[in-house]
Amino acid sequence: MNAFVDPAGMSGHSGLARGEVLLRVDNVSLSFGGVKAITNISFDILKGEVRAIIGPNGAGKTSMLNVINGFYHPQEGTITWRGQVRRKMRPYEAASHGIARTFQNVALFKGMTTLDNIMTGRGLKMRKNFFWQCLHWGPALKEENEHRRKVEEIIDFLEIQAIRKTPVGRLPYGLQKRVELARALAMEPELLLLDEPMAGMNLEEKEDMSRFILDVNQQFGTTIALIEHDMGVVMDLSDRVVVLDYGRKIADGPPEEVQSNQNVIDAYLGVPHGN
Amino acid sequence: MLYREAGQFKSSYAADQAIFPIAQDRWAVWAFLAVAFLVVPFFVNDYWTNAILLPLLIYGMAALGLNILVGYCGQISLGTGGFMAVGAYASYKLMTSFPELNMIVVVLLSGGITAAVGVMFGLPSLRIKGFYLAVATLAAQFFLVWLFNKVGWFYNYSATGQINAPDRFLFGFQLTGASAQPWVKYLFCLTLLTVFALIAKNLVRGRIGRNWMAIRDMDIAAELIGVRPLMTKLSAFAVSSFYIGMAGSLLFAVYLGAVEVGESFGINVSFLVLFMVIIGGLGSIVGSFMGAAFLVLMPILLKNFMVDGLGLMPVTAKHVEILLMGLLIIFFLIVEPHGLARLWQITKEKLRMWPFPY
Repeated sequence: MNAFVDPAGMSGHSGLARGEVLLRVDNVSLSFGGVKAITNISFDILKGEVRAIIGPNGAGKTSMLNVINGFYHPQEGTITWRGQVRRKMRPYEAASHGIARTFQNVALFKGMTTLDNIMTGRGLKMRKNFFWQCLHWGPALKEENEHRRKVEEIIDFLEIQAIRKTPVGRLPYGLQKRVELARALAMEPELLLLDEPMAGMNLEEKEDMSRFILDVNQQFGTTIALIEHDMGVVMDLSDRVVVLDYGRKIADGPPEEVQSNQNVIDAYLGVPHGN
Repeated sequence: MLYREAGQFKSSYAADQAIFPIAQDRWAVWAFLAVAFLVVPFFVNDYWTNAILLPLLIYGMAALGLNILVGYCGQISLGTGGFMAVGAYASYKLMTSFPELNMIVVVLLSGGITAAVGVMFGLPSLRIKGFYLAVATLAAQFFLVWLFNKVGWFYNYSATGQINAPDRFLFGFQLTGASAQPWVKYLFCLTLLTVFALIAKNLVRGRIGRNWMAIRDMDIAAELIGVRPLMTKLSAFAVSSFYIGMAGSLLFAVYLGAVEVGESFGINVSFLVLFMVIIGGLGSIVGSFMGAAFLVLMPILLKNFMVDGLGLMPVTAKHVEILLMGLLIIFFLIVEPHGLARLWQITKEKLRMWPFPY
C-alpha cells in the first residue's frame, strides 16, 4: 500500500501506548422524556483497537456514539477520555480533543468539492487569524498549502484523486462514504467513530471500505469504534465487540465469544413467546 | 477554440488554488480591470455615473455582502435595507462630527459600526433557522428604519428629517457634495469594490469561508468536525453587515448625497438586494455582480429600448418595464435556478469542450 505514512507523525496525540484504555464509559444512561435510549452501559475502548458496537435496530448504538462525541449528554454515568473524567462537552470540543465521526446517512457538505470537504476537516489545525485570511497571502497561503499537502496524502491513501474537484453532491453513494471517511481522517483523530460505514454498499465497495478501515487502524494507529450490521465484516474487522439490545449491554468480548453467546443469538433471532 | 487550458500545467498547490487557474480567465480579468480603471474614468459623465455605474458598483457591494451571509453561510436575511441605513447614518454622523476624517476611513468605520449592529441582530440565528430567521431579520429592518426616523440625534435634528452629505475631499478632489466630479466618485467606488471583492474571495476560499459553507450545508456535521456555530454564524453576520454598511455609506455620501431613511432604505431595498443575490447565484462572488448588473441595467435597457426605440410614452414604458422585469426574473429562474453565475459556469465548461459535446 502507501508507504509514505509515518505513524509516529500522525497518531501520537496523548502518548498512550497501544492497549491502554483510551475511552471508558461507566454506567451511562440516556433518556428522552420517558424513552430510555441507553440504560446503565459500561464498556471501554483500548488505544489502537477496532471496537465494534452491534445490536438490532433501535438498540441504542447511534445514541451511544452521540454520547461519546458530545452530541447528547447522558443523565447518568461518566465518560473517561484519556484518563480524564469528562464533564458536559459540546461536539466541537470533542472534535478538538481528537474524536472524529462519520454518519449513517452521508453528512457531507453537498455544495463543496471533495477537496474543500476534506480541507474543512483540517479547520481545527489551521491557526492563521482573520486578518491573514483576508489577505490569503504570506503565512496564510503557506498554511493553506501545508494543509493541502496533508489532504492530498489522504486523497492518495483513499484513492479518490479523480474526484478531487468534483462537487460531492454529484458523486455516487460509495464514493460519498469514502469522502466522508477522508474528511474524518483529515482531523487526524485519535478515536474514529464510524456509524455504519458500509450501509447500502455492494460487496466490492464493502471490501474496499474494510481494507481502508484496517489500513487506517494499522498505518495511522487510529483507534476505531464502528457500528455495523454486516456480521461478516464485524467479525473479520474487530478486535472486540460490544452488543446492545433495547439500550442494555448484553455481551462484550472477542468476536468468537460474542458469536456463541446465547443472549446475542436470542436478541438477533428472537425468543419464542411463553418460554 | 481560444478558451482551452490544454498545456497549462500546475506545478504547485498555490497555482492550483489560484482564483483564476485558467490563463485566459486571468487575462480577461486583467483586461477588464484595466479598462475599468484606466479607460472608463476619461469618458464618464454625469448620466453614466448616476444612472448606471454608481448604482451598479454600490448595489454590487451590497449584493456581495448579502451573498456572504445568505449564499455562503446559509442564513437568510431581510434586513439589508436597515443595515444599509446604519451605514449611511453612521457615515453622516462621522462626517458631521469629525469633518477632518478621511473619507476612506469614514466608509470603513461605517462598515465597522454596521458589522457590530449586524452581529447583534445575528444573535437569534443561533436558535432559529430558515424562514423564521428571515422574519427575525425583518424585525431589524423595521426597527432600524423606525429608529432613524424617530431619534433626532441621528439626523442632527434637521427640520426635514433628511440627512445631507457635506462636501468632502479626497486627495484634493471633491468626492461628495453637488459639485463633485463624476470620475472621482466612480473611481472611489470602483477601488473600494475591487479591493473588497478580492478580500471576500480570499475569505471564502480559506478556512473561514469553508466553515461558513459547512454550516450552510450540514450544520450538525460541521459542529462535529470542530466548527463552532456561534463564531461562524456571527462572523458571517459581521462580514456581511460590514459590506452592506459600506454600500449604505457609499449610497448616501457618494451617490445620492441626501437621504430620507424610509425612502432609500425601505423593505423594498432589502428585497431588491436579496433578488440580486438569488438571480445572480447564491454562493458566488461573480454572481453577486451579475445579479446587481441584471437588476440595475435591465430596467434602463428596457426603458431606452421602449421609449427611444419604440416611441412609447415614458409612463407606459415604465409599466411595461415592471411587467417585463418580472417575466425575465421568472424566465431566468426557470432556465437556471442556481442563477446567472451557474449559467456562466456552464457556458465556460461547454466552451472548454467545444466542439465536442462532452
